Amino acid sequence: MTQDDLTIADPKMKAHGVNVFYGEKQAINDVSIDVGTDLVTAFIGPSGCGKSTFLRSLNRMNDTVASAKVTGQIELDGENIYAPSMDVVQLRARVGMVFQKPNPFPKSIYDNVGYGPRIHGLAPNKADLDVIVERALVRAGLWDEVKDRLQESGTALSGGQQQRLCIARAIAVDPEVILMDEPCSALDPIATAKIEELIHELRGKYAIVIVTHNMQQAARVSQRTAFFHLGTLVEYGKTTDIFTNPKQERTKDYITGRYG
Amino acid sequence: MNRETAPTDWKGAVMQKRIAGRYAAERRFRLIGLGAVLLSGAFLAFLLFVMVGNGARGFTYTHVAVPIDFKAMPLTIDKSRLGDADADQVIANAGLADIVAFAADEALGTGGSAMISENAWKEVRSAIKDDPELLGSKTVFELPASSEVDMAAKDGGKGALGAAVATLKADGKLSTGIHWPFFRNADATDPAVAGIWGALKGSVLTIFIAFLIAFPTGVLAALYLEEYAPKNRWTDLIEVSINNLAAVPSIIFGLLALAVFINWFGLCQASPLVGGLTLALMTMPVIVIASRNAIKSVPPSIRDAALGVGASPVQVVFHHVLPLALPGILTGTIIGMARALGETAPLLLVGMRAFIGDVPGGICSPSTVLPMQIFLWSDEVDRGFVEKTSAAIIVLLVVLLSMNAFAIYLRNKFEKRW
Repeated sequence: MTQDDLTIADPKMKAHGVNVFYGEKQAINDVSIDVGTDLVTAFIGPSGCGKSTFLRSLNRMNDTVASAKVTGQIELDGENIYAPSMDVVQLRARVGMVFQKPNPFPKSIYDNVGYGPRIHGLAPNKADLDVIVERALVRAGLWDEVKDRLQESGTALSGGQQQRLCIARAIAVDPEVILMDEPCSALDPIATAKIEELIHELRGKYAIVIVTHNMQQAARVSQRTAFFHLGTLVEYGKTTDIFTNPKQERTKDYITGRYG
Repeated sequence: MNRETAPTDWKGAVMQKRIAGRYAAERRFRLIGLGAVLLSGAFLAFLLFVMVGNGARGFTYTHVAVPIDFKAMPLTIDKSRLGDADADQVIANAGLADIVAFAADEALGTGGSAMISENAWKEVRSAIKDDPELLGSKTVFELPASSEVDMAAKDGGKGALGAAVATLKADGKLSTGIHWPFFRNADATDPAVAGIWGALKGSVLTIFIAFLIAFPTGVLAALYLEEYAPKNRWTDLIEVSINNLAAVPSIIFGLLALAVFINWFGLCQASPLVGGLTLALMTMPVIVIASRNAIKSVPPSIRDAALGVGASPVQVVFHHVLPLALPGILTGTIIGMARALGETAPLLLVGMRAFIGDVPGGICSPSTVLPMQIFLWSDEVDRGFVEKTSAAIIVLLVVLLSMNAFAIYLRNKFEKRW
């Protein structure tokens, strides 16, 4: 990997020499990567390559796995997120996450979106919360579909709507980074297209990192692409370069469908 | 691929036989299952039939009309003392019991005083306390019959007293109605005044104490073990211990409670407090196991979702996990409580099998519980207690069934639709 691939003027998150262990097993081996503020960064790679693991270490979701251990440096705005002074609860509000399977709370649509702002005290009263919920749902492109039934259960929505609801829920706490862990893998092509469109619209407002199995999707939505293989970062660079002119043999093989 | 063997003959006789056998197996299994359901249904119906048949009689009692003329047999007492605290004693000392017995002999013929309950005069006493004017007049009192007369009357004039009872009935001196003292009183040696309220209140207090202790402890223990405790050898040991504790025979808990709560802590024995603590010990493992299963069944994706928007672990537990697990927790708890309500053995050892003639006043006053009352009455020689036993069983079953109905209601109310 060459250094000039990493040149990002204003990185939102910087990872340096990150290793992740599950017990004895090393899942991530010495990964260094910068995530740009106004960019969509895609992590691609075959199953089990560690891209989701690495993603989950960016907002310390790996903390919930008892055996997981992270070494190295991950910074958000120059602040080490694994430092003892870092409040993990606030970190996860600043670095939001959207999961592979849509997982709305079994509560109303309104409460799904309002939950985050409520627990973080972002909305002192009901009127403020109404504004936040509406803005989040508008940004997630769901407002027109649900504005008349905000009190209905979030689980009653279709899969694609549920996933956009989850994105709205993440947006509602006003994060700086949004991590998406294969957000479209449980969705049909039309719902997938809507999510991709949404990612385009959200770019610039949030730093977005998306893990995907779908290389076309990575090519469509991202400006930077990182290719992971067997726990290492094989190649990282502009998406156009990775897909048209990969420098590494392994990247080329994966892109062309030789394996994966 | 080369096939060496002949192609499978899907239509051949062997295949047909296999298909027929499969259908027969399906039918057999369905019939056996249906049979099992019918059998248990029949058992339940039989139980209810017998209980209701016997028990309904226990809720009624026979009264004898006895006229008492206080002008002819004056009760020499100072009327001004009837309002005093010791009025009961004053009236008793004045010889009211003898007057009532004499009046019964007079009204019902020789042996008449044996045909009314030995406690019948106490009803006259309370009537006099309510209305002192009765002392100056002749009044017909509806006095509870003796247990033998009550039996004979309910059996339609059979038995040794049959003829006498038939005569009384013909004279219109007998009446059978709902036996209110049964719902007001505690245990007594005379079926005419023995009641279930003492035991029912004792049961309610005991279960309340047990719930108060076992529910929070059990749920918090389950939450800690599921959500916070590291998974290591110690927590495995705790898990095994809890499972074993749930399987310990209940009488052992009684011994433990006797040793700890009564002998060591010196808490009031035979009281709902100690009984409740004992049952709490017994029920807590059941609640822990039920709660852990309910908590385990909350999908991890909900925890991820809550953590992902920055909920703290406590918020995840109380905003998401607990509400979603609540229907399961409540169902398990109420089933555990219902079991505790029907429990007798451990309470034997903390003294709740004593004869308690008073309705318990609080959690520290001596008391008994419904199943214990059933046990005590079933031991009585007096035939009148047979139907009281059945009536008590009906009361216990009604309480149990309402608890189960409540459990179902709660489950449906809190259940989330996915």
